[in-house]
Amino acid sequence: MTSASHIPTRSRPRIEVRDLEMVYGDRVIQRDLNFAVEPGDIFVIMGPSGSGKSTLLRHMVGLVPPARGDVYYDDASFWTADTTDRQRILRRVGVLYQEGALWSSMTLAENIGLPVEQFTDLPQTTIRSIASLKLALVGLAGFEDFYPSQVSGGMRKRAGLARAMALDPDVLFFDEPSSGLDPLNSRLLDDLIVELRDSLGATVVMVTHELASIFAIATNSVFLDETAKTITAAGHPLKLLHECPDPKVRHFLTRGEKA
Amino acid sequence: MNDEADVRTRARVTVDRADGDVVRLRLSGRWTLDTRPFTAADAFEYAMTTGDTRVVVETDAQLEWDSTLLLFLRAVIAEAESRQMSVDLVGLPAGARRLLALANTTPEYKELRAEDAAPTLVGRIGSQTIATMGSGADVLAFIGEACVGLLRLLTGRARFQRSELLRVVQEVGVQALPIVSLITFLVGVILAYVGAVQLRALGAQVYVADLVSVAMTREMGAMMAAIVMAGRTGAAFAAELGTMQVSEEIDALTTFGISPMEFLVLPRMFALAVMMPLLCLYADLLGLLGGAAVGVGLLQLGGLEYYQRSVQAVALGDFAAGLIKASVFGVLVAIAGCLRGMQSGRSSGAVGAATTSAVVTGIVLIIVSDAVLTVLFDVVHL
Repeated sequence: MTSASHIPTRSRPRIEVRDLEMVYGDRVIQRDLNFAVEPGDIFVIMGPSGSGKSTLLRHMVGLVPPARGDVYYDDASFWTADTTDRQRILRRVGVLYQEGALWSSMTLAENIGLPVEQFTDLPQTTIRSIASLKLALVGLAGFEDFYPSQVSGGMRKRAGLARAMALDPDVLFFDEPSSGLDPLNSRLLDDLIVELRDSLGATVVMVTHELASIFAIATNSVFLDETAKTITAAGHPLKLLHECPDPKVRHFLTRGEKA
Repeated sequence: MNDEADVRTRARVTVDRADGDVVRLRLSGRWTLDTRPFTAADAFEYAMTTGDTRVVVETDAQLEWDSTLLLFLRAVIAEAESRQMSVDLVGLPAGARRLLALANTTPEYKELRAEDAAPTLVGRIGSQTIATMGSGADVLAFIGEACVGLLRLLTGRARFQRSELLRVVQEVGVQALPIVSLITFLVGVILAYVGAVQLRALGAQVYVADLVSVAMTREMGAMMAAIVMAGRTGAAFAAELGTMQVSEEIDALTTFGISPMEFLVLPRMFALAVMMPLLCLYADLLGLLGGAAVGVGLLQLGGLEYYQRSVQAVALGDFAAGLIKASVFGVLVAIAGCLRGMQSGRSSGAVGAATTSAVVTGIVLIIVSDAVLTVLFDVVHL
């Protein structure tokens, strides 16, 4: 892991979640969520299935309004901001969805080109070159004119990552990046994430329960508990593994084996 | 039952008592799903006294078993517990013992218990009412957003893909022609037949041409084309957008600050609004041909005579009325399809429900708006 000192200097926001409450219908999933993601972190949101990890990510990237509380990007509230300010924040954010979520009616190059078109006035040839560059970064050079349905699941995921990086975001969000990937590809994706964090200088927020990934790359984490309905542990995962007072967290981090 | 072969083909329990207060169940034979199961009560009926405190279950070494045995044992355990007796399962096959232990130790999902899912009647009525009001508000919000989007489209500020628009235009236009041809031609045939039977009694068969041409141009052309489009295109829109909802494609648009309304809904609405009047004209023509086929082929009206009567009967206003209706139907079918698609939940079942709902909503909207427009046209003498 490269230390934070190598990271190119650029303005990366500090993301702060304050007093967030998430509901599903009438049911409260999580409440009183408070944590901050520091610039340059690889921040992992972990917890058992059904604890609301992905939902928390959806709150952080502006897809679902919280029942209470707010998300702050550099002390600017996201949910009380007007449309223009929100757009400005979203412009700095890239999201990799669980299955890639590529737009199926467009080629891989068009998928990457669309957000660039949305936020810039660049000519088509430049946009096309940007798309080729991003595809090359994730090892998909030469696949510009393929449709998502014509490539494998792992390739779709990498193309999704290329699209998430289309606008050189300051923050990258990953929703279960290793789900559906074999261990080797999952490991390659982990390396790619670290590489991108170091070269692009982006902050990474990742939802996952893949322990190998968590221990390999995370620099900070929170643990969502589905029965306590809030964060029961926070800190570096390796530290939590050895020192967390909550047996449930240690249990999770050791896959239930006695430490 | 004493027969050795019989023992091997069915479940068998022998009950005896070892000491004064211990009941011993000895299981043998086949305890599988294809044999008649024992109920626990059967086993306890024999030789049970209130003084018994312990049940010992033992099995034959050659016992064949599957879940049937586990069901029986769980019932025995429950029965024994209710009688405050202890159960000794040491004599069971190790696999069965482990499965029983697993069934008792795997933690339940306490979050989603059945009591949450079964509210009272009043609760159901209440939540239905809230949901209905909410969905009414959603529809209004959707229509409002669509209008804003349309304004942006007209002022050239909306962002969508031209290739996508052309694809949708082709899908709702050219590719719909075969089915629209078939349906409207046959509707023309039906109208001519029904009319002929009634008019023949009055010796006024020649008016079949009037009937078919006015009915097709004013009403049936637009309506039949619209209903075909509701079933074909409205459903397709809902399924397409619903699937995009499931695969998070719509979320991906939103996080890039691209409005799904502009990018996905507007091209579809625009395409249907433009193509519907054209389809309606085509439908009118095919309907008239259907009527003519019956009139000329079966009622022995002369072809020229039929043509002349049709031309005399239909005014430009009739076509106009049909075309206006068709445009309105087109927008409504698109709204129904896109609205249900965008509202779709995140499962394959939800996409199915969205598709069904899109067709139903589309057809209801077509009929209701047709009634309103018909009255309105009468008022303004169109």
